[in-house]
Amino acid sequence: MTENTQKKRMLDTKMVPAPSHGIIPERDLNSTPVLEARHLGIEFGGLKAVDDFNLIIGKTEIAGLIGPNGAGKTTVFNLLTKVYQPTMGTIMVNGKDTAGMNTVQANKLGIARTFQNIRLFDNMTVEDNVRIGLHNQVRYGMFTGILRLPAYWKQEKAQHEKALELLSLFDMQDLAGTRAGSLPYGAQRRLEIVRALATNPSLLLLDEPAAGMNPHETEELMRNIIRIRDRFQIAIMLIEHDMNLVMGICEGICVLNYGRIIAKGTADEIQANPTVIEAYLGKKKEG
Amino acid sequence: MKLKKSTINNLISYGVVIVAFIVCQAMISSGAMSRSLKGQMVPICVYIVMAISLNLVVGISGELSLGHAGFMSIGAFSAIIGAAWLRAALGIENEILLLVLSMIVGGAFAGIFGVLIGIPVLRLRGDYLAIVTLAFGEIIRNVLNCLYFSLEGSRLHVSFNNPSIPGTILLNGPNGAKDVAKIATFPVGFVLILFTLFVVMNLVNSRSGRAIMASRDNRIAAEAMGINVTKYKMMAFVTAAVLAGMAGALYGLNFSTVAASKFKFDTSILVLVFVVLGGIGNIWGSIIAATLLTVLPELLRAFADYRMLVYAIVLILVMLATNNPFIRSLFDRLIHRGRSAQTQRGGAAE
Repeated sequence: MTENTQKKRMLDTKMVPAPSHGIIPERDLNSTPVLEARHLGIEFGGLKAVDDFNLIIGKTEIAGLIGPNGAGKTTVFNLLTKVYQPTMGTIMVNGKDTAGMNTVQANKLGIARTFQNIRLFDNMTVEDNVRIGLHNQVRYGMFTGILRLPAYWKQEKAQHEKALELLSLFDMQDLAGTRAGSLPYGAQRRLEIVRALATNPSLLLLDEPAAGMNPHETEELMRNIIRIRDRFQIAIMLIEHDMNLVMGICEGICVLNYGRIIAKGTADEIQANPTVIEAYLGKKKEG
Repeated sequence: MKLKKSTINNLISYGVVIVAFIVCQAMISSGAMSRSLKGQMVPICVYIVMAISLNLVVGISGELSLGHAGFMSIGAFSAIIGAAWLRAALGIENEILLLVLSMIVGGAFAGIFGVLIGIPVLRLRGDYLAIVTLAFGEIIRNVLNCLYFSLEGSRLHVSFNNPSIPGTILLNGPNGAKDVAKIATFPVGFVLILFTLFVVMNLVNSRSGRAIMASRDNRIAAEAMGINVTKYKMMAFVTAAVLAGMAGALYGLNFSTVAASKFKFDTSILVLVFVVLGGIGNIWGSIIAATLLTVLPELLRAFADYRMLVYAIVLILVMLATNNPFIRSLFDRLIHRGRSAQTQRGGAAE
């Protein structure tokens, strides 16, 4: 199975036609992977929440992480973003070992994420939320800000334009002045993606981006995920329960159960895998 | 449009403060202001600055600090000692220059202690942070109670728990500082308020300010966005300490006798009351609450023994009122109307 993941796959065009076809063949398959997790694991007082997790994600790859509830999917995200320090294994981001790093450093290295239970800055405006994402791309200090030196005005203006440009990805530029907490649910999820993108990542982790969305919104989200990948040339890894989305856009899928990887492969391989059907898809069909 | 709006709001705030200052000055020079109220003008400025700076910690950065009076006392005593030393060693006689320099000294020392205290304290969260700041406030007061400073020529002498030091005593342990040159003036207090407003409002509307507020609203998300939460909490804490130190300097140089017992836990709570009553995170609320609650005890002097009782009842009523759903929704509607009017104005300006 590991060989299968290392071999870069063509996009399953079943759900999403044309747009990304032009991109994938141009990929530099020999370049350093964006993410390389080896024997990754974490124990919580003897309980192995994640164990021997191995995964390689190449540049501009879209990977899916699926599994039943409580399988440890979000824990994997928390390990990758260093919210938890792994007790075993290594994580390499763009060829750099992240051992001993914290969340902030992991973000600076190029990992951005969204959250399963939305974590926006509710009391700030939509634009300010994006500006928080742009924080590390703006370089002026506290005193420049207090004294409002020319650098302040220049960079604030650039930041404002950049924020609106990012918001326009999801046609949200008109909502820039709205309080983030008062946005409808779907828009909050989109804003989280924009905010994560603003940190200029090379790997974007999406934790259940389609949760609570209707089929129409989900389809739009799928198109947007592809569009984001193509435009920013980043790798995307997502956790999702909506199988249409996962099977439709993920080039590689990784199935987790009880903290262990039980299968890796393309959508077709996963759908045909008896272990997966037994652990996950089979049960779901019956239910 | 966003930038313009914040700038306009700032200018309005400065304008209101300047108008209030002119009105007060006019009242003082025309004799319309009572003697006791005139004596309250500098303390009002001091408490406004204290309230705004504590609001930076409690409201903007979201950490409950109960030791703000500690920074005030560091500012007060370092300014008293600084003023005496500057006069003796450098021969500065211009009172305003001396006051400004002493305020800088007070702010600097409070800032240094802000860093020292902030390092351990900001590793804690919630209730623990509140308890430890409370403890540091008390530690500062108790240490100051044991400190003796004297000036011999232009040489400063310090001793701990030992009052026999050469020269003129500046700081006499638990008796505090005596015969302080009263150089604090209302206009300088007013400038300090403007300075504080300038620092706090510009900070809030900058990259650093947004990072501070993001750390308050959602620590995990802020860290995931690459914001060093501890650094920005520290920034807010130290800035507030510096401002409190400057306010303390103004306070210390306004009385002829200042003892460390003036900066008790009560003072920290009093400032916190200003912030809470004015609305956490609301700078204008802090200013109004600080003014009213400093003046109110003076106005209630006629009630003599009952004034603290009335004061407490007023506080409880305000708290009940602000927690009443009906009154809350009324305020929300008022604020909402104000906001929409503002956006309309902003839109029209564009």
